[in-house]
Amino acid sequence: MSEGLVRGRVWRFGDDISTDLLAPGQYAIEPVEVQKHHVLESIDPTFAATVEPGDVIVAGRNFGCGSSRETAPENVKALGVACVVAESFSRLFMRNAVAVGLPVLACPGVHEAVAAGDVIEIDLASGRIVVGDGGVSLSAQPLAPEMREILEAGGILALLRQGRAGRDPAVDGSRTA
Amino acid sequence: MAMTLAEQILARASGRDEVAAGEFVVADVDLALLHDIFAARVFDLLTESGFDEVFDPSRVVVVNDHFVPAPSAGAAEIHQRIRRHVARFDIPAFYDVGEGICHQLVPEQGHLRPGTLVVGTDSHTTTYGALGAAGTGIGTSEMVYVLATGRLWFRVPETIRFELSGTLGSGVSWKDVILYLAGRFGADGAQYRSMEFAGPALAEADMSSRLTVANMGVEMGAKFTIFESDAVTDTYLASHGGRSGAGLVTEPGADYLAVHHIDLSDLAPQVALPHEIDRVRPVDEVEGLEIHQAFIGSCTNGRLEDLRQAARILAGRRVAPGVRLLVAPASRRVLQEAVETGVYAILVDAGATVLPPGCGPCFGGHGGLLAPGERCIGSHNRNFMGRMGSAEAEIYLASPATVAASAVRGRISSPQPEVVSSV
Repeated sequence: MSEGLVRGRVWRFGDDISTDLLAPGQYAIEPVEVQKHHVLESIDPTFAATVEPGDVIVAGRNFGCGSSRETAPENVKALGVACVVAESFSRLFMRNAVAVGLPVLACPGVHEAVAAGDVIEIDLASGRIVVGDGGVSLSAQPLAPEMREILEAGGILALLRQGRAGRDPAVDGSRTA
Repeated sequence: MAMTLAEQILARASGRDEVAAGEFVVADVDLALLHDIFAARVFDLLTESGFDEVFDPSRVVVVNDHFVPAPSAGAAEIHQRIRRHVARFDIPAFYDVGEGICHQLVPEQGHLRPGTLVVGTDSHTTTYGALGAAGTGIGTSEMVYVLATGRLWFRVPETIRFELSGTLGSGVSWKDVILYLAGRFGADGAQYRSMEFAGPALAEADMSSRLTVANMGVEMGAKFTIFESDAVTDTYLASHGGRSGAGLVTEPGADYLAVHHIDLSDLAPQVALPHEIDRVRPVDEVEGLEIHQAFIGSCTNGRLEDLRQAARILAGRRVAPGVRLLVAPASRRVLQEAVETGVYAILVDAGATVLPPGCGPCFGGHGGLLAPGERCIGSHNRNFMGRMGSAEAEIYLASPATVAASAVRGRISSPQPEVVSSV
């Protein structure tokens, strides 16, 4: 993730994609390796079976709304999705995505500008998104340094374990403003 | 500098004199809540990360509430692991199967006080704002971090203030108020924000009503949903063993993203239509739609006051043929009080199936799921596609009174007296 460049094929979804769609309650206690096969099955039964590692999800507003279940971003990451770009995210999904090391970017205008099957290139550090062969480019809100630090460590548990090995586990000190 | 309620709490918790919206802080957590969907995994990960104790066992609450009683061998095994972890980490505040739903138990059993910062492995942790606590949901990994260090990062949220005035009409409850707000401002209307509630209408909002409103703030995307402390707060804390402390009060001149003045006097009973929480209409507009199941319960509306609202309508009546009415009290204490006050007998006489205190049907886990083509009206908090079983089922959300009136008629129905008396 530290290289920060993602290039992938787009799966496009609408507004309010809930955690119940990403991690259905019936499978709540199943391991991620089982749960991931049910991601979005209520609205696209083909998705989990045909999504390929490196693909990108583009969605509308309020992606990941609903529950605190971290399996929502974990399942998406386990399917190999390289990044989720949405008009906006639910705060819990965004926190959890960062905590498990799934890159996410909020980018107003992306849903309109991108079609299913497009190939897009995403610079996670700057937030710049280029669609197809460069005809269209968009600017996402870059993640805060505090969030990028966790993402680049590979998630908050990785950060915690680094702290156990001698590094201060707190994420403070990196910015005061 | 004057601060919003959220800023006051995050400033104190991060050891600063003041903070402002947009800043990142690392704050000390006053209370950490875990429930059975995630607790076993959190403790496993904590152990794997090399920790054999939590930051402060007296600041941790663990509740087995989602799988009550265990609907599968897998769920039973999760409970077994949680019991072992709780013993090993020496956590005194452990509520096992049958005691109730976490968001009922934490206030009811006196774990809250105004001005504190609470995180939970559940999105509805916003509920605690009813008592002036900044409560918010976090995920499994973040909870491991909290249990290990007692701290977590937070972005200080902007605040939207709701100044509420007027008096609720007959048959209208605070569930209708929060549904109305969700409909008006949208499922992301408070995304990343703190919602702050104030105004003269709150004088008539009892703690049960405030818990309902704060609970559903997260359905508008809110990080916190906070009520200022007042006499209602003090009375509740005094009667529920809550630790007293300085109340949380508004500082005049604090910086708000928006202030909405809303008069509640003309509000009609509301219902959220499938499959979005913000597709809200007055009940009258969908009056008459046939239902198959009616559900009263959950951390949103499973308290004694909610059951009593339903009982007023169900007294002397029967649930319509072909309708299953399920009632899940929010805690053992609620169940006991329902028995003592005669509410329980009214519900059972009317034909209700009373479930154990827990979350089963609300999160679509077990105990009242829906078949394709079925329609359910419930007093809970989410109507997402597939939430209660089949993706081809429909969920409508309303107040306990509206749910009870609908159960009696077998059709979505307003709880207003003239409608109910015509049954």
